[in-house]
Amino acid sequence: MKIRTEAGERHVLAVTVDNEAGILAKITGLFSARGYNIESLTVADISADHALSRITIVTSGPPAVIDQIIAQLDRLVPVHSVTDLADGGAHVEREIALVKVAGSGDKRIEALRMADVFRAKVVDTTLSSFIFEITGTSDKVDRFIALMRECGLVEVGRTGVVAIARGSEAL
Amino acid sequence: MTEMSGADMVVQALVDLGVDTVFGYPGGAVLPIYDTLFKHPTIKHILVRHEQAATHAAEGYARSTGKPGVVLVTSGPGATNAVTGITDALLDSIPMVVLTGQVPTTLIGTDAFQECDTVGITRHCTKHNYLVMDPDRLGPILHEAFYIATHGRPGPVVIDIPKNVQVATGTYSIPNRIDHKSYRPQVDPDADAIAAAVAMIAASERPIFYTGGGVINAGPDASAALRQLVALTGAPVTSTLMGLGAFPADDDKWLGMLGMHGTYEANMAMNRADLIIAVGARFDDRVTGRLDAFSPNSKKIHIDIDRSSINKIVPVDLAVVGDAGRALDALIAAWADKGHKARDLGEWWRRIDGWRATRCLDFPEKKEDGAEIMPQRAVKALFDATRGMDPIITTEVGQHQMWAAQHFHFDSPNRWLTSGGLGTMGYGFPAAVGAQIAHPDRLVICIAGEASLQMNIQEMGTVAQYRLPVKIFILNNQWMGMVRQWQELTYESRYSNSYSDSLPDFVKLADAYGWTGLRIDTLGELADGIQTMINTPGPVIVDCRVAQLANCFPMIPSGAAHTDMILQPNDIVGTMDDEAKALV
Ligand SMILES: Cc1ncc(C[n+]2csc(CCOP(=O)(O)OP(=O)(O)O)c2C)c(N)n1
Ligand SMILES: [Mg+2]
Repeated sequence: MKIRTEAGERHVLAVTVDNEAGILAKITGLFSARGYNIESLTVADISADHALSRITIVTSGPPAVIDQIIAQLDRLVPVHSVTDLADGGAHVEREIALVKVAGSGDKRIEALRMADVFRAKVVDTTLSSFIFEITGTSDKVDRFIALMRECGLVEVGRTGVVAIARGSEAL
Repeated sequence: MTEMSGADMVVQALVDLGVDTVFGYPGGAVLPIYDTLFKHPTIKHILVRHEQAATHAAEGYARSTGKPGVVLVTSGPGATNAVTGITDALLDSIPMVVLTGQVPTTLIGTDAFQECDTVGITRHCTKHNYLVMDPDRLGPILHEAFYIATHGRPGPVVIDIPKNVQVATGTYSIPNRIDHKSYRPQVDPDADAIAAAVAMIAASERPIFYTGGGVINAGPDASAALRQLVALTGAPVTSTLMGLGAFPADDDKWLGMLGMHGTYEANMAMNRADLIIAVGARFDDRVTGRLDAFSPNSKKIHIDIDRSSINKIVPVDLAVVGDAGRALDALIAAWADKGHKARDLGEWWRRIDGWRATRCLDFPEKKEDGAEIMPQRAVKALFDATRGMDPIITTEVGQHQMWAAQHFHFDSPNRWLTSGGLGTMGYGFPAAVGAQIAHPDRLVICIAGEASLQMNIQEMGTVAQYRLPVKIFILNNQWMGMVRQWQELTYESRYSNSYSDSLPDFVKLADAYGWTGLRIDTLGELADGIQTMINTPGPVIVDCRVAQLANCFPMIPSGAAHTDMILQPNDIVGTMDDEAKALV
């Protein structure tokens, strides 16, 4: 007997929650307990009084599973709202990566040239290294990192995705 | 406002919340609260013999009264022992508040004596939980916890209280109105959805009501509304294990329980229906059988207070989010409003009567006095003997539980207490303790298996201490019968570790605890034995020896469709493919 799994599409969920101890464990635990995917998760408090946090979760699954994820998140006591950003039409997604590249000679020049093409900023440099800061969709960040692997990539740090719906409306 | 200790605030909040009973067990980290409870004028503390039993007793109390059950245990092992009952309450939507002691805030995270991460451990087996770091928060949190445990889909809430928070002083405050920031369950159904539902019911030729524990949780009025709606529509009713009692079993619209050990007529009607009206039920795998064959030609209406239950397993055509009782009331009102009349369902009922004619709950038995007792017969005899006494029945988990569900019949809600979702052996006896505490004058009987009973048998001490007249009726087949049955069905009768070896002499055990014990060996002794049990004041344990190898039928084997029920033992094949073996 083989165990089957179902493929699905990518969704970005914006979840507002009470900024209380254990909330992140509650959310991530729900995903692991129910076998949902987390591709990326970011969290930070967003209200002036620090009472609310916004969690952005990138997940994937068939439509029925995504519906379940939203319903399961929504019934947690500290969760205020759950929005599937794909549902509301267009949204903006960004991720930041810090990418350290070490090397000299042609590779170093090539790295700088490609960084320029990707509009990555140099935020630190030594005679034998650069740290680039790149902002963009995860896809763009992925492609930049893939290229940097050829140019002496030594270390990467990524923030994960934050996203927000286009237009004048709030969640 | 006067200053008071955290422990005093906890007890004050319980008083203010109308709590009269707490099931618990003391220990270092809750001594301040126990001191406040010492000789308390209104709150009765029931000292159990194991914290798991406190949680099940609280469940029994809650399920039989509709009020939340309250538990008080110490940190570390006290809290971990409570986890099974907390999870049980989560899966069966039982309102419960569990207070756990915790090491002082200054020691949290240091692996202090009897420290465990209670909030972490219970995060996913509670509806919500709290760690209280400030005594001023105790009042608001306790009040909020009771609100959350009892509103929306009920469930267990844990409040972890460090010892120094119990000792420190602060101000006790009550929130004037619990208007939770984020938790606002929808209780009133959407009017358009109700109108659509009524139209679907009125148009249906083969409707069936599929009801669950949500109807019981919605209170006795919801059960009354269900009866009314069924009378208006003329449709048949089946129910899950958790929903038994919401609809009277002697009504001719009643088809019996559905699912794995449900009746043939209930399962066939589900399969052939053109409309399923699910009320407070959640399409559990024990109910649906093979999903791709589940009621293939029906439209489905799902009424549930928990939106996440809708479309979780079976996609439905119409969702009605709300309290089961309010939704049923709204359906009744809309039915009258639209001037609908019950349709002629004669053809549908003729088919149902055809399925009923299989008499799927019949079982082979010998009738002479010296014959061995069939377990089904024992349950039937118990039912007959207690008719009119309005007993509360609890069960353990196994074959005896299913036989009780099949052969003991209920007219009203809150009389049937069983562990459905988690299937916890060891639930039934402490649940009976909790029910008896809540109803001192009622007949409370735990229908037990000899194996399950041993999981919390220590509670015989609790029963003796509080002089509770609990009756335990053991269907003693000397096997973990349900395990043996599966081994017979699936593993060619290789009975790996399912024999109940080295059983105690239950009659002597009764004696040891100051109970009355009696043993029933043959069919001829059954009726008298049961009468003696009922007539004997105080706690009684009945060791009713039943046929050892009887199996529970009808049965939908795991992975099979409703239409593939095994009706009788000779239908058994003894093997299964891996896909079916992998299902629980
Ligand atoms: C705590 C727990 N452990 C294991 C099981 C698995 N299990 C289900 S039924 C059963 C056997 C129950 O035996 P008994 O209480 O004698 O009931 P019978 O089936 O014989 O009526 C077991 C082991 C369970 N449900 N709960
Ligand atoms: Mg047994």
